[in-house]
Amino acid sequence: MYAQMVDTGTKRLKTLEEMSPEERDFQEKVDAETKIEAKNWMPDGYRKTLVRQISQHAHSEIVGMLPEGNWVTRAPTLKRKLQLMAKIQDEAGHGLYLYSAMETLGADRDEEIQKLHDGKAKYSSIFNYPTLNWADMGAVGWLVDGAAIVNQVVLQRTSYGPYSRAMVRICKEESFHQRQGYQILLDMMREGTQEQKDMVQDAINRLWWPALMMFGPHDDESPNSQQSMVWKIKRKSNDELRQMFIDQTIPQLEFLGCTVPDPDLKWNEESGHYDFGEINWKEFYDVLKGDGPCNHERISTRRKAIDEGAWVREAAVAYAAKQKQRAAKAA
Amino acid sequence: MSEWRLYEVFVRSKHGLNHKHVGSVHAADNEMAMENARELYTRRNEGVSIWVVPSETITASASDEKEILFDPSEDKVYRHASFYKLPDEVGHM
Repeated sequence: MYAQMVDTGTKRLKTLEEMSPEERDFQEKVDAETKIEAKNWMPDGYRKTLVRQISQHAHSEIVGMLPEGNWVTRAPTLKRKLQLMAKIQDEAGHGLYLYSAMETLGADRDEEIQKLHDGKAKYSSIFNYPTLNWADMGAVGWLVDGAAIVNQVVLQRTSYGPYSRAMVRICKEESFHQRQGYQILLDMMREGTQEQKDMVQDAINRLWWPALMMFGPHDDESPNSQQSMVWKIKRKSNDELRQMFIDQTIPQLEFLGCTVPDPDLKWNEESGHYDFGEINWKEFYDVLKGDGPCNHERISTRRKAIDEGAWVREAAVAYAAKQKQRAAKAA
Repeated sequence: MSEWRLYEVFVRSKHGLNHKHVGSVHAADNEMAMENARELYTRRNEGVSIWVVPSETITASASDEKEILFDPSEDKVYRHASFYKLPDEVGHM
């Protein structure tokens, strides 16, 4: 999931009787699957939760460009380079769709980005891992975008209209990302040297667990999920989504001829799902808190981009003002 | 970016169809709004024409005006063709 542990500010769920008339109207609309739009009344907590979740989602798209940007100049062929650049541009686009959706809630884009740069806003833990070899570009596309798709497909039905519409647009573009990633790995496994095949397995070994962590903590460790589910911001629980991802990914993994670093992974005939081992939650919380391998580097890269791009933004404003003046004079 | 204006973007997906709202962009001027809209909303043949409109120039109906604006049309069933029943012998009209 691209948004992890989004705080809803709720300790206990309210019953319909405890709600104000406005709140009850709102909840009934949500229950009836009527989309909430920017101008509709909404509880303060709903608005704040959405701003947190959508901004975190947007930040993830933007920071998510960095691990891949690392390989643009080193892509093995021109074809791969063009594909990678197209994917990265899509991620920028996804970030912008999401920031726009967030702005409809009255949040300011600059302020939210500032929070990210001050370390006050989160982005997905996955982007704090390094991309060490070319196979990582394949594994990121296949596993990371794959995990994001599982989450985002469900979010197309989220209760807030602008967020839902952004998700529809994003999902359309995302399957290109996953396919191009899988194809990189497939090519390496089919036509590669032993060294290249080892790279693929190495990339999967490093990224498998962090990809599973993307879905967030277990349902019983996720106190905010309940409120988000009632508001239908979230439509499926963390554990449900994680299981869906594993079930659909393992056959693809086997087709590649690779394995995952989990000795407990096995098909469970009875449940019709794969069983899997326990995630290292300490690692998850450490990375989320800022102690992952690349947290510092990611944020300083973002800050540098904003700071060093300041003159471009100022020049654009100055140019627009000058053009306007000229037009006024000519008229 | 707060000093950049917000624009709403409308795209005509095919010749012969209406422009449809697709989202918004920030830009310093109209020209940049058009360029940004092109990059953001039509990377995969999504359109043949784009409009960008400063958001502040749009007048929108408020959600609490819904009844005042739209309820009157609900009780005028005679405005629909289906209200007028014709004998089968008349055929398609």
